[in-house]
Amino acid sequence: MTSTSKIPLKDGIEGFVSDWSSDQRAFKGVPWGKAMMWIFLLSDTFIFSIFLISYMTARWSTVEPWPNTSEVFALTVNGVSVPLLLIAIMTFILITSSGTMAMAVRSGYQKKRRQASALLYLTAILGLSFVGMQAFEWSKLIEEGIRPWDNPFGARQFGSIFFMVTGFHGFHVSVGVIFLFLIARKVQRGDYDTGRRGFFTWQKGRYEIIETMGLYWHFVDLVWVFIFAFFYLW
Amino acid sequence: MAEEGQEHPISTYLWVWLLLFVLSAFSYAVDYVGFQGFTRWSLVLLFMFLKAYFICAVFMHMVWERMALVLALFIPTFSILVFIGIMGFESDYTQLSRKVFFDTGKPAKVYEVPHSKDHSKDHSDEGDH
Repeated sequence: MTSTSKIPLKDGIEGFVSDWSSDQRAFKGVPWGKAMMWIFLLSDTFIFSIFLISYMTARWSTVEPWPNTSEVFALTVNGVSVPLLLIAIMTFILITSSGTMAMAVRSGYQKKRRQASALLYLTAILGLSFVGMQAFEWSKLIEEGIRPWDNPFGARQFGSIFFMVTGFHGFHVSVGVIFLFLIARKVQRGDYDTGRRGFFTWQKGRYEIIETMGLYWHFVDLVWVFIFAFFYLW
Repeated sequence: MAEEGQEHPISTYLWVWLLLFVLSAFSYAVDYVGFQGFTRWSLVLLFMFLKAYFICAVFMHMVWERMALVLALFIPTFSILVFIGIMGFESDYTQLSRKVFFDTGKPAKVYEVPHSKDHSKDHSDEGDH
């Protein structure tokens, strides 16, 4: 990897213009893997935006009443119905995992191998519990008769939007969990210290991979913030 | 590679983490307390954007990145607003035409579900087309 140029970089708008008009490298001071992850996340932003926009369109154009999510997603604890309880727990779990991920990135850069891998494992386990709760929620709603084409609570589009949006988000979390376990294992084994090559890419990795992984994981949390607000709370 | 990494004091992360917890609790409280109408959606939006900002800015290190990267990501993102506007108009128009042409004057609950149980059975027997 080439080092950053010896000419001091400008800041602000001037820096933006000179970076974009420069040779070889527009994103200065950013490893290519991280830049590519950002570009991927941008495309993912479009996908989730399209889902949420189609949800908005369906909800605003339907003449049937939209189901009251506060009641549909309520959980009964000791005979008392608590609105959105499971969703709230899932939200807190995802935020917690975002926090542990941020800490893992930090310990990774400090080359604290054991701490970084422990935090990565913790993040992965929290993500796994999120997926588990989502599976529980899905099975509960399917039992209550919610289908992609119909539901007993109101507008029919509700089911398809629910399964599509939360399903796609859950898929992202699941993929994230798999990669978290992989990277946690690599960090634990010291691959980024010994320069051991990856089993698939056959490349040597560096600790900045944890930051790239972190970007993906925080993005999953970010998407959940929007789903929580628009789908569950609106 | 140290110059390319993002390293920040642990207290920054912990404070933002705490803040995200508090904001999530607030947005949950909006539903729990049962605000409706303008209060509800303005509060929901406020807490959502604050949470999104802090995740992007601190956890994803956006405030420390160079403007070249920040603008490459945020200009396309904000163009989504145009799409939202277009589909907002479209859905209004769709609802209007549904009300004008399909409103039977009956209460909303009265409608026959085309995919009722016996109907879907007919389809499943046919197999793949």
